[in-house]
Amino acid sequence: MTEPAALTCKELVELATDYLEDTLPGPDRARLEAHLEVCEGCRNYLAQMRRTISITGMLTEDEIPPEGRDDLLRVFQAWRDSET
Amino acid sequence: MSDPAAPVTPVASEVDLRLVAALREGDETAFMMLVDRYQPVMLRIALMYVPTRAVAEEVVQEAWLGVLKGLGGFQGRSSLRTWIFRILVNTAKTRGQRERRSVPFSSLWSPEPGDEPAVEPERFRPPGDAWAGGWLSPPADWADVPEDRLLSKETVARVHEAIEALPPNQREVIRLRDVLGWTSQEVVEALGITETNQRVLLHRARSKVRRALEGYLSEEVSAT
Repeated sequence: MTEPAALTCKELVELATDYLEDTLPGPDRARLEAHLEVCEGCRNYLAQMRRTISITGMLTEDEIPPEGRDDLLRVFQAWRDSET
Repeated sequence: MSDPAAPVTPVASEVDLRLVAALREGDETAFMMLVDRYQPVMLRIALMYVPTRAVAEEVVQEAWLGVLKGLGGFQGRSSLRTWIFRILVNTAKTRGQRERRSVPFSSLWSPEPGDEPAVEPERFRPPGDAWAGGWLSPPADWADVPEDRLLSKETVARVHEAIEALPPNQREVIRLRDVLGWTSQEVVEALGITETNQRVLLHRARSKVRRALEGYLSEEVSAT
């Protein structure tokens, strides 16, 4: 048995999402974690990715213009009236 | 840890079921809460299937009506939002076909062909180098960036800009996942896309947003 080739940093960044999504098969995950242990650059990369995700979570959705809201309220009221 | 071979099917939560009950009873406030939460993203997704904003608005309105009419049949086998978006996507497809859109719907959620490296290739050691594929300019430790700068309005605004600049399919997937906090399974079900496409779109989107942030934060550091 030969050792599987070590992961390069360039390969690791392409696996970052699979890793964070927990969809990497076991052996790939082990290879990636072995790389992380010895590579500060890749540890920083993943930490940046996690930060990016949490900052993205601070965004808020656009506001709906009031006309659009009023129209939908009327749709709802018409539906309710037709139901009763 | 989740087993990728057996994805957990999201089912309606307690809150979902209570909302559905309130809607069936004609509760306006419950309906408007849903509208406020989902209308913007519904509109943007509808716009991917139909040619104009005016048509997209009609599609979303029709979808809401479909939701109300279908309430009696809501079984809770999926989350409420997944169910709402499935109705939206179906409505948008039907309308899009009528409008004879030239783009086939099957390609809407396929990642653009070709490589989109997560990180600029110049940042790695070239082939032939003893450490080929290793970092030439490694990413910085953001722990060194002051927290109030990292979480500042400007930083968030940069993230917003970066997301706006993404192709529509990447943009909507990252919004559903990371802004609205949906699970991958919910996105897959709601949009009717494959798990792989979902993940590739998310990967490309997140990678680009990270790059934009890295650019912005390094500019900040060198400016001080």
